[in-house]
Amino acid sequence: MLIRKSDPNPIPSSEITPRSAYMNRRAFIAAGALGAAALAADRLAGVMRPEQVQADTKLATIQSPLSAKDLTPTSFYNITHYNNFYEFGPNKDDPARNAGKLQTSPWSVTVEGEVKKKKVFDIDALMKLRPLEDRVYRFRCVEAWSMVIPWVGYSLSEFIKQCEPTSSAKYVQFISVDRPSQEPGIEEVNLNWPYSEGLRMDEAMHPLTLLTFGLYGQVLPNQDGAPVRVVVPWKYGFKSAKSIVKVKFVKDQPGTTWNEMAPNTYGFYSNVNPNVDHTEWSQKMQRVIGAPFWKQLEPTLMFNGYGDQVASLYKGMDLNKYF
Amino acid sequence: MSNRVVIALKVLVHVACLAPIAWLVFHLLENTLGPDPTHAAAFFTGRGTLRLLVITLAITPVRKLVPKLGWVIRFRRMLGLYAFFYACLHLLTYVWLYSGFSLAAMIDDISQRKFITAGLAAWFLLLPLALTSTRWSIRKLGGRNWNRLHRLVYVAAISGVIHYWWGVKQGVRTPLGITVALGIVLAARPLLAWAKGRSSREVVPEA
Repeated sequence: MLIRKSDPNPIPSSEITPRSAYMNRRAFIAAGALGAAALAADRLAGVMRPEQVQADTKLATIQSPLSAKDLTPTSFYNITHYNNFYEFGPNKDDPARNAGKLQTSPWSVTVEGEVKKKKVFDIDALMKLRPLEDRVYRFRCVEAWSMVIPWVGYSLSEFIKQCEPTSSAKYVQFISVDRPSQEPGIEEVNLNWPYSEGLRMDEAMHPLTLLTFGLYGQVLPNQDGAPVRVVVPWKYGFKSAKSIVKVKFVKDQPGTTWNEMAPNTYGFYSNVNPNVDHTEWSQKMQRVIGAPFWKQLEPTLMFNGYGDQVASLYKGMDLNKYF
Repeated sequence: MSNRVVIALKVLVHVACLAPIAWLVFHLLENTLGPDPTHAAAFFTGRGTLRLLVITLAITPVRKLVPKLGWVIRFRRMLGLYAFFYACLHLLTYVWLYSGFSLAAMIDDISQRKFITAGLAAWFLLLPLALTSTRWSIRKLGGRNWNRLHRLVYVAAISGVIHYWWGVKQGVRTPLGITVALGIVLAARPLLAWAKGRSSREVVPEA
């Protein structure tokens, strides 16, 4: 298996594209030129500047060769107000409304299972383990909508090395936080809580798989999986577990929430694949979030456009069977 | 109820049914319908269809329950046709926005997906009802046949609600409200008939 080493000469932070460049260009120009008056217009247009939400949460980041250069990120507003995060309720706007209650500090991630010895990582230590990189990735939800999200994090493989899994570790399982008092959706939605997701070891070790702490150059808003989540850009979004409290290395394929709920609809692999449909809708096309209705529909890309990097992981596998 | 009041109320119903569509078209063109305008338009027109169907189906039980409100029957055809109009717009969101007018995609959907099939079945059930909504059709078919045909509206409404449940993800309960509402207007029919039967038995002296 090929694992690309991270850049030995990280670009100094002075050369990083300023955050303003990530922001919706129109909103940025408008906000600069018109000041407060533009904010009202932004709200109407569904655009919100990151600063409006949290001011003191900026992260120092470096560039990454694994980040897409030619994609325009979805607006910060849409990334933070159109979420599937059932712990906060089943509707898309529930997480933005309800996620504020979740206490993300203090926070620690427990590592157990097939490891040399059990470890507990404090969130602050975890964030300092490696330099944080800007990674602009495509994001494809199983519900046939898509975004482009400028995540911040480092390759999960860097973290896994610190966990020292034994040779019998074949899969990694991620357990999300389960606090009914802070997450009203847990009472409301009938799923097997806590939320569980998993990856095969080689998928987890792939450099594209991101241990994620932020987006748009600042710490993750709660509704996007704060304080730490994984992002697996070639898989449907539900594979990218949010608000992780436990990482478990296991011998056998772990039970995962949506797969257990509806095994014929949500496979363990759930790679983005235009040729394998959801039981209720086609996956051939997807809708771009934030685009006007006449530009929303676009073809789904195999492995969400990451086929060159990840197709080799599934060589010889029948992707219709292991969907 | 005087004709003038009914006409005024009919104008209000037209406005109430058309204004939301004007609102929808405006926001679609301005792209201010939220993050996913396609989904929003489909949801808006689909929910509108079911609401109008339930209102249409409520008219008969309301008349039976409150004889004074007998005149509401004069709104039934209009509301039923608006339900069909919303259903057509809803179908258009599927054919245009979701499928990009791709016949292959739609055939694939219809053959494989019970969610699409149920929705399409509901539309096809409403179609003959809309086509036979004229006085001429009632005369031509005869009241009894016309009534029998128009009982399809129950099947259409039930298919529509099933389509809604199959369309949302497992765990989402948004269709619950409209399901309860439809349940009430459908259950009202046999319940009212039963109550009427009982009260009429009470007044008929035993032989």
